Amino acid sequence: MHSVMDSRPFFEDYSVKPMQRQFSPYADNGGSIIAISGNDFVVIGADTRLSSGYSIYTRDQNKLFKLSDTTVLGCSGCWCDTLSLTRILNARMQMYEQEHNKKMSTPACAQMLSTMLYYKRFFPYYISNILVGLDSEGKGCVYSYDPIGHTERSSYRAGGSAGALLQPLLDNQVGMKNMQNVQNEPLTIERAVGILKDTFISAAERDIYTGDSIKINVITKDGIKEDTFELRKD
Amino acid sequence: MFQEAPSFWQNGPAPGSFYNFPNTTFNQLQNSASDAFKHSQSPVTTATSIVALVYDAGVIIAGDILGSYGSLARYRNCSRVLKVNNNIILGAGGDYGDFQYVKALLNQKIIDEECLDDGLKLKPKSLHCWLTRIMYNRRSKFDPFWNNFVVGGLQDGVPFLGTVDKLGTAYEDKIICTGYGAHIVTPMIRAALDKNPNINKAEAKALVLKAMEVLYYRDARSYPKFEIATLDQDGVEIAGPIDVSQNWEIAHFVR
Repeated sequence: MHSVMDSRPFFEDYSVKPMQRQFSPYADNGGSIIAISGNDFVVIGADTRLSSGYSIYTRDQNKLFKLSDTTVLGCSGCWCDTLSLTRILNARMQMYEQEHNKKMSTPACAQMLSTMLYYKRFFPYYISNILVGLDSEGKGCVYSYDPIGHTERSSYRAGGSAGALLQPLLDNQVGMKNMQNVQNEPLTIERAVGILKDTFISAAERDIYTGDSIKINVITKDGIKEDTFELRKD
Repeated sequence: MFQEAPSFWQNGPAPGSFYNFPNTTFNQLQNSASDAFKHSQSPVTTATSIVALVYDAGVIIAGDILGSYGSLARYRNCSRVLKVNNNIILGAGGDYGDFQYVKALLNQKIIDEECLDDGLKLKPKSLHCWLTRIMYNRRSKFDPFWNNFVVGGLQDGVPFLGTVDKLGTAYEDKIICTGYGAHIVTPMIRAALDKNPNINKAEAKALVLKAMEVLYYRDARSYPKFEIATLDQDGVEIAGPIDVSQNWEIAHFVR
């Protein structure tokens, strides 16, 4: 760049140095994921906006990936990494099924995802992953990850571009944090889906990378039920 | 007695690691002279926006025919919309050299497929997916193909439109514009299609013509000659070079 002594502004077009465009292998394509589990179900939702900077690539991009009849993965972050990761994940699910002659359980899938993310520790997949499903007892489970494979099981989680904005809302509404005189009654599917929709409506108000609509998957022992819900599109 | 089953996934990279294409010079590029990696990391001769949309019976892709050398309008007859086969058309923006290289790969792929002689033809979704892998593979080596590709076609009779960028970011949509077009004409086309979602070929062509005109007025790297590729049940048609209808009288109203 221009020297420290030179107080004039630097205009790249007038510079004698060759113009060099910096290449970054990552992009932030935004998107938010929310998952809430109950005693015999789990719901996961993801918005359908795919963006880059101030541009919206598409308003209709599914970010939920069905890995088995009881496992769904939600991805947000760098979309090209998401495409690659889910492609390999599907192959690994198929390899497991053909090698062991049974479907992979959700906890096993959760562990595999962690290992696959850490395998690329020094050139990570830049994705915020949330994996949901039913465990061996049929209870709903939510696993969340950082880009390099740290994982934690919890009962509810918000991730992606509005993750930090939404997690406290879920803490209050699902985790009943900082609430007084409330009895802890088990969560129903209707309530979980209601909270999920409200949470996304809140995110769409403040996060420009979240909006357009959401795809919701409700997983019970009877299978996966899909649903959609419209958000603001500006 | 007991024969062990052959292992899954052999003769390739481990799941999650990258495939090195044979006979590419990339591997020699590494560790030459110094420990630092050396790559070509910026585009040279570039092409600007691609405008594409889906109409009721097919897809339409347009792009001008200028190859820019920085701000110099250097090559003025660079075709960059092409027919891949009877049900795929392709548009490309970004580095023209990289586009020609990928086009050569693609042509070889089509020849290889023809040699199988199984009567099967490449479908647009397959080509879109293949481009995704090519682009992601190169970005993962920090040596990207500096392109935006737009794939249009008929997937078993249903119109398909998808795009891939230099990172391997890919999506499908009814409207796809790359480069400056993404900022300047996508809103215009989205508004037109919101008003009338099922436009026919003639209306689609008129819309694209308008888009190319708007782009020529505002994109300094554009050119008033462009080509339009359309694809529907009647087959592929590549028209052009078509002239942008210019009217500089309106310039007097801009202050």
